[in-house]
Amino acid sequence: MTRSPQQIPTWRRRLPGHLLSLLTLLLSFLMFFPILWMVMTSLKTEDMAISFPPQFIFTPTFENWRAVFVGTPFMEFLGNTLFITLLSTLLALLLGIPAAYAMTFYRTKRTDSTMLWMMSTRMLPPAGVIVPIYVLFNNLNLLDTHLGLILLYGGMNLPLVVWMVVGFMEDLPFTIIEAARLDGASLWQEFRYVLLPLLLPGLAATSLLALIFTWNEFFFAVNLTTRDASPLSIYVSTFKSAQGDLFIARMSAVATASVIPVLLAGWAAQKQLVSGLTLGAVK
Amino acid sequence: MALASPISVSLREVFVSEASMPAAPTAGATKPKNKGAWRKFLSSPALVFLIIMTQVPFVMTIYFSFTNWNLLRPNSRGFLGWDQMFRNYGRILTNPDFYTVLRHTVTLTLSVVVVTFVFGMMFALLLNRPFLGRGLARTFLISPFLVMPVAAAVLWKNVMLDPSFGFSAFLMRSVGLRSVYLVEEAPMVSIVGIVSWQWTPFVMLILLAGLQSLPSSTVEAARIDGAGPLLQFRYITLPHLRRFIEIALLLEIIFILNVFGHIFVVTTGGPGIQTTNLPYQIFLEAFSRWNVGRASAYGLFAIVLANIAVVFFLQIVRRQRKEELA
Repeated sequence: MTRSPQQIPTWRRRLPGHLLSLLTLLLSFLMFFPILWMVMTSLKTEDMAISFPPQFIFTPTFENWRAVFVGTPFMEFLGNTLFITLLSTLLALLLGIPAAYAMTFYRTKRTDSTMLWMMSTRMLPPAGVIVPIYVLFNNLNLLDTHLGLILLYGGMNLPLVVWMVVGFMEDLPFTIIEAARLDGASLWQEFRYVLLPLLLPGLAATSLLALIFTWNEFFFAVNLTTRDASPLSIYVSTFKSAQGDLFIARMSAVATASVIPVLLAGWAAQKQLVSGLTLGAVK
Repeated sequence: MALASPISVSLREVFVSEASMPAAPTAGATKPKNKGAWRKFLSSPALVFLIIMTQVPFVMTIYFSFTNWNLLRPNSRGFLGWDQMFRNYGRILTNPDFYTVLRHTVTLTLSVVVVTFVFGMMFALLLNRPFLGRGLARTFLISPFLVMPVAAAVLWKNVMLDPSFGFSAFLMRSVGLRSVYLVEEAPMVSIVGIVSWQWTPFVMLILLAGLQSLPSSTVEAARIDGAGPLLQFRYITLPHLRRFIEIALLLEIIFILNVFGHIFVVTTGGPGIQTTNLPYQIFLEAFSRWNVGRASAYGLFAIVLANIAVVFFLQIVRRQRKEELA
């Protein structure tokens, strides 16, 4: 350590840094590898999928994918998931945006307590309330219906929407809202022409996060649906044990197909991911 | 109890007019004109909806836990009576299986928290420096968290860990080891492993956000004062990260106490009850034995357990919001 940094050649000074970068890339690839392996397995024939040693380079076949979309009830489950996800997100936005508006621009002494209470409802363990929800759904004929899950997931995502949208609204300069009011804008005009355009990117990210949570949910789905309204997670869970000898490639195709939309949503919402996952506790 | 006490707060918020109360100044804003004081009630539909969806079931859970209702015995629905009302709790507390299940729940949660903290911190530190391919590494690293839990479970159980065709079998055989089926040899370890794989990105993301909010001038000053990397980490980085660490770990505890899908797919709680946690026990009690009373009493234990962490978490958020709005 007697030589000053200037005397060490550049490449040697930078070498530890480069090695560290390489190590980071390698380790992150290892974390990702199971997903990649799942995608690769889905593009193999069943024989190739169980060959030893495993094949890393092969001619991909889309046979499994075709079989999944054509020969299995996959599409019905996908339809349920899409329908439930879209409507429950819409419900959460419909209730959450006005609430966030009131809580941002018409604060009272209790607003913060109310917001914390809302957050606490998101943290209520589903297993703790599943019994009464089942009983209520049974009495209201909501078991195995889309409406039942839409209401539940809407409630699940509502605190997320409120916290995130409050965060976005607090970042807006109040002067533009004041200007709109001086011009005599009604509540709807104020929202439609002033707030909405500014909030749109944030709302898109919020919707993507709600999509992630809803799409992946399993506990309520497995206990409250039997078949008609069952989402994709239920179908994926039926692959928990071998269905005949040859099923690894088919199973990988199903799992890949049900995971890709969420991966894309998560990658698209990367910037807001932290604040979404912590319900706004980290910005 | 974080859940019980705020009920009254929110009920007042919804139903009592606060027109007489002066509105607190909005963040960086002048007080809005009195026009549209009703607008603060725009939050009422959301609050009413949340009360119906969460507090009603919560109160019903408490009531059901004092009944002997079993869906297989239609006539059994009834309050246990004042002298007998804690019978479900008594049965649970005198059942040694309950303590086993409780231990599994805590073991699973804490193991995942420790493992994900170590790896999450490592990845956050590795990503907290500019280099070519950093975006790619970050994208790779967040992906496991996005995978549907049951899909992750199916993937690990059948594609990665299968003793004959799994990738782990290939790895073990290529270094000359006998391939073992981890799910059978060490069921709890495999559950912890799979859940940790999914939750490491969560910790990493929060800690990375923390690291990136650390002003580089602070680190620079410490470096100029002669602090080496370890001292910088110990006395600058770690204290700054404290709040982020607390948030990450508490949220993890709250959500990992609820792990269900992984267990449902990989081990179905077994062998025996070796991987049964509280949610899985409630699932069995409610939907195999159809014992509404007992399952509700178990449910209350789950709620209490989660709320230990929720209380701490809400305290941090409350403090933080006060600072933000001050």
